[in-house]
Formats: sequence, structure tokens, C-alpha cells
Amino acid sequence: MSVDENEIERLRKAREDWEKDYGSARKREADFTTISGMEVPPLSTPLDLNGFDYESRLGFPGSYPYTRGIHNSMYRGRLWTMRQFAGFGTPEDTNRRFKYLMEHGQTGLSTAFDMPTLMGYDSDHERSKGEVGKEGVSVSSLADMEVLFDGIDLEKVTTSMTINCSASIIFAMYLVMAEKKGVSWQKLRGTLQNDMLKEFIAQREWISPPEPSVKITVDIIEFCAKEVPQWHPVSVSGYHIREAGSTAVQELAFTLADGIAYVEEGVKRGLDVDDFAPRLSFFFNVHNDFLEEIAKYRAARRMWARIMRERFGARSPKSLMLKTHAQTAGASLTAQQPINNVARVTLQALAAVLGGTQSLHTNSMDETLALPTEESVTVALRTQQIIAEESGVVNTIDPFGGSYVMELLTDRIENEAFAYINKIDEMGGIFRAIETGYPQKEIADAAYKYQRELDTGIKTIVGVNKYNSEGEVTIPTLKIEEMVETGQIEKLRELKRKRNNKVVRAKLSEIVTAARNGDNLMPSIVDAVREYATLGEICDIFREVYGVYRDPGYF
Amino acid sequence: MGQGSRARILIGKAGLDGHDRGVKIVARALRDAGFEVIYTGLHNTPEAIVETALQEDVDAVGLSILSGAHNYIFPEVVRLLEEKGIGGVTVFGGGIIPKEDVEYLKTKGVKALFEPGVSTDEIINWVKENVTPKAL
Repeated sequence: MSVDENEIERLRKAREDWEKDYGSARKREADFTTISGMEVPPLSTPLDLNGFDYESRLGFPGSYPYTRGIHNSMYRGRLWTMRQFAGFGTPEDTNRRFKYLMEHGQTGLSTAFDMPTLMGYDSDHERSKGEVGKEGVSVSSLADMEVLFDGIDLEKVTTSMTINCSASIIFAMYLVMAEKKGVSWQKLRGTLQNDMLKEFIAQREWISPPEPSVKITVDIIEFCAKEVPQWHPVSVSGYHIREAGSTAVQELAFTLADGIAYVEEGVKRGLDVDDFAPRLSFFFNVHNDFLEEIAKYRAARRMWARIMRERFGARSPKSLMLKTHAQTAGASLTAQQPINNVARVTLQALAAVLGGTQSLHTNSMDETLALPTEESVTVALRTQQIIAEESGVVNTIDPFGGSYVMELLTDRIENEAFAYINKIDEMGGIFRAIETGYPQKEIADAAYKYQRELDTGIKTIVGVNKYNSEGEVTIPTLKIEEMVETGQIEKLRELKRKRNNKVVRAKLSEIVTAARNGDNLMPSIVDAVREYATLGEICDIFREVYGVYRDPGYF
Repeated sequence: MGQGSRARILIGKAGLDGHDRGVKIVARALRDAGFEVIYTGLHNTPEAIVETALQEDVDAVGLSILSGAHNYIFPEVVRLLEEKGIGGVTVFGGGIIPKEDVEYLKTKGVKALFEPGVSTDEIINWVKENVTPKAL
């Protein structure tokens, strides 16, 4: 956007005149920063982008640096995948919800597991009491996995699974389940979250300390590169970092720092960067601040492309492309006046689409109260369909590209995020930073600052600290029956009686050997779950061999 | 600040739930308001919470639960506090807790449950009014 000298002079004068008037113009007593506290100029003009080089900063969709999108034709070629995160109760309950969502036009599956599954405990474990099927679906063995995907064509659907410290086991169950259905691993498509670094930073589901945890993550990356080539073995996730209260810049910076660490670990393992980097994917939050969020997605693509090319020498264009899933911000939803959440989700989803996401989950209006009902999840899915098929924003690629303020914000977010990444590099990398509690404390500080801004009314949440209503609107919520827990425990106990326990013990000891030898754990885990070894039994091996991580409890 | 400011409060996470944004904000806000705050960190059993409450000689226990396990964990903590002879400790909490469960948990001895969106000032004021430090 180069402008000739005379024109610049004229513009500068005109802007000075405008600024003079603006100084004395009427202005509301309001805070004009983004939700992350970033200053936004009252007006941007071509002067802000003087010297802006279109080709190097934006380029074309499908080409370096991918600011405008990773695909040539973007949503004219293919819409994003509408992928609602779902899981509750028994595998039967969730299987029914999966089918319901598919019948209503959802185009990909996304599985939410319950806390015991996420933390590596079977449903019959003492620590699982009161938690089975509550925050997701309960899966303790291959038998549960078989029910979960019963009647679902794995060649036609892509499946995302939010699972981390126990990802190797859940993935092994998925692979064996597919094998038993006669579907080749070559054809399986989907994503494991499997991002352990962000667990220590934000989501906080773990078994063992960071090093062995990431070792297993990299085992899965290596295994997929050879055996399950269409699978995304890691979804490097900023979502939870943001939910924990970070700013947009922190979300972006810590996520890319985690991504850098996975690439480094893969390279250390002897893999060629271009053999596994194309299968890495990302997962970002999409929050309320509309312009900041669109800028964040654009900056993310440009940054990753540069990191992969300059830092890792990647050559394959696919290694340079930041593919991402987006989810609207759960923490932005309110328990008060819950129907307002539909409006929030709409704005957030629109920002994700204008930011060029490949896949999207829209939260349901009732998610601050409970897991979503069928009615509320339908509204959430319909919201995506309305954006896709009624709003018209999909007709042109990166509609905000070239907006003065959008380019300004994209540049600023990129610069500030790179400053964080440089700081983490200086600390010795993300492992070291996590050890000192640096990202954890930065996030806790940002969360506390924002809460104080709400408490003092600097920032607004409609229906919570402003525009409160007398008389509460209540909406129906989903209730998980206690029977789920007793039923799952009974099924598991029966399975443990019926399976060939001698073979199971032998297979489990092969995992112990692989773990002690530092071998890739995936082959032995696959063999063990095939014999119905349970998730908890295998995680007990992790606890035994690698030790247990304890929360340092920063606040 | 008055007497209430010196009350000792155990702020805890019980069960497998990892959501700790809210609990850390509450812990910091109570500390900044002058209370003595002990934060347990994540993933404690009800037994561990009560053991810490006993050792730290606290006046109140505040638990945050967003995993749906509230109907098991809160009553279990109240029961264990009584069993250990410190039933006088005030139990309160917050998280994702449906209205009908709030009513149920109050009958089980939980004094207050704060819903999402509550300001830290409301929590601080409630603690000031409802938690009395033990006489020395």
C-alpha cells in the first residue's frame, strides 16, 4: 500500500486536522481497549500502513505467508468442518448424540471424554467416584470404544478426540476398533489433541511430568507418520490457555511456543521435518473481541509459516500452513440471561470464519449450567449453518484483508507474540519456562486483571455486571443420572472377569518393558488394548515408570 | 480491617477437575482482602482436603467444582470434617452447579454456593460476614 509523497503529505495534513477536532470531540466515558487490554486507535488510515508490502505481508490465499488463508479458494472450495464437541454419560448416550448431530448436518465428529478417562482412571477406580460420565463420555476399554462408534462409517467421517495424557491408549482403542470394522489405518482421518505442554500451562490434566508426557506425544507423532498417515497426531491448543484467562497475544504466543517444542522433539527423534510437520494442526479459542480475534488468526498463520521456514527449514508448503480448529469461548458465556449466549456465540463464530478457520465448534447457550441439551446444541449448529449459507461472508476470501485497522492489529499481535516467544527462547525453551511457572503466572495475572476490570465496571459483561434483570430466565439443562456410574462399573467388572487375563498381563508387561527401554510405546499399547487391557491399567504403568506430576499450585 | 480479616481459609480443588481459573482468582482476591489463604492446588481427594483443613486449623473451606462431581464431593467433605471433629468449619464453594443441586447441597451443610459471574467482592463480603476466626 505505497502512496506517493504528495499524497502522503496531503493525507498527513488532513489527518492532523481530524485529530485536532477529535481531541475536542465528544467521547463517551468508556474503555476503548480490546478485551485483552490492547490499545486500538480511534481511526486507522493509509498512513498507518505506509510502506506496507502486500506481497510479503499478505500474499495470496494458498501461498506464503498464508495470512489470507491456507487454501487457494477457501470457503468457495469447501466450507469449514462443522464439528460439535460432544460426549456425556455412557458410550451408548454419546453414540446417539453423534448420530443426531450427523443427521442435522454436522460434518465431523468431536469426542468429549469424562474426567476419569482424561486423567487415566477406569470408571471403577476410587478416584472416579462421582465423576463417571459427568463431563464427557466414559471410556475405560476397547469395549466402550466399540459402542461409541457403533454404526458410524469411519471412512466417511473425520473424528477429533480431546484427550491428552491418556491419548496413546484412546488412540490405540480407536485404531483397533477400526481394524475390527475392517477399515484400514491408511484411510483413517481425524485428530488427537495430544498436546501435553498446554496441560501444564492451562488445561491441567496430566499423569506424569512434562518430559515423559511429551515423549509419549512424540511417540504418537512418529507412529502416525509411519502407520496412520492421514491422521493429525497433535492439535497444538491455545483454546485452554485462553479459557484459563490469558490475553489473545499470550494464547497465540504460548501455543506457537508449544508447537515449536513439538517440532524440535520430532526432529531430535530423527524425523525429517517435512515428514511430520504437515500433520500438525492447531486449535484456537475465538473470544468476544471481534477485530482482535480475526487479527489473531491471520497473525497465527503468518507467524507459523515464518517459524517453519526460517527456524526449521521446512520446504513442503504443507509444513508451513497453520491449519486450525476454532471453538467459541466457553468462559465468555454467562449463567445469567443464558439466551444472550446465542448472540455471543454468533459473533465469535463469525470472527472465526472471517479469520479463516478450517473447522469450528460453536458452544451451546446452556454450557455455563451443564453439558448441552439436544435443543441447545441444535441452535449452536444452526448458527454455523446460518453464517455459512445466509450471511454471505463466505463469498470472498479474507474480507478484512487490507482494512487499515485489521492490518495494524495483525502486525501488532504478531510482534507482541514474537516478543513472548523470544523471551521463552531466552529462558531456554518452553519446558524450562513451564518449570519456572512463567506462562502459568502470566495467565493467572491476566485472568485476575480482567476479573478486577469486571468487578470495577471497566469492562462489561451484559447481564452480569451491567443490564442485570430482575427475575431469572431459566432454561432446561441436561442431567447425568447416577446410574451411569454404576452401569459403567458393572460393565467394566464383567469385562475384567471375561477377558483372557493371562494374555492381558503379558501384554501389559510388554508396555512396561517398552517404557523402561525408552521405546515407542504405541505398538505395545495397541497390542494390549486389543486384548481389552483397560485405560487405567495402562496409565498405572505410566504412573509407575514415569512418576506422577503434582500441581505446584501457583495463584 | 476487622477481626474477620484474619480468618484462615482453605481454598481447594477436589476430584479430577482441572478448571482452576476461578479458584485462583478467588484465592488471590481473598488474600488481597487480608485473609490467610491456603490453596491446595489441583486433584485432591475429599480426605486430603479435610486432612489439610485439620493441619492448617482453618475456619472455612471453599471448594471449586466444575466437573459435575459436586453432589458427591461436597457432602463427603462435610461428612469427613464432622468425623474428624471439626464440623464447625464453614464449607462454601462455587462452580458449574445447577440450581436444584444448590438447594440439595445446602441441605447437606454447604453454607453458600457462588455461581459463575459473581464478583470477587461479593465472595469477600460473604466470607467476612459468615466466617468467624476462632478465638485465640
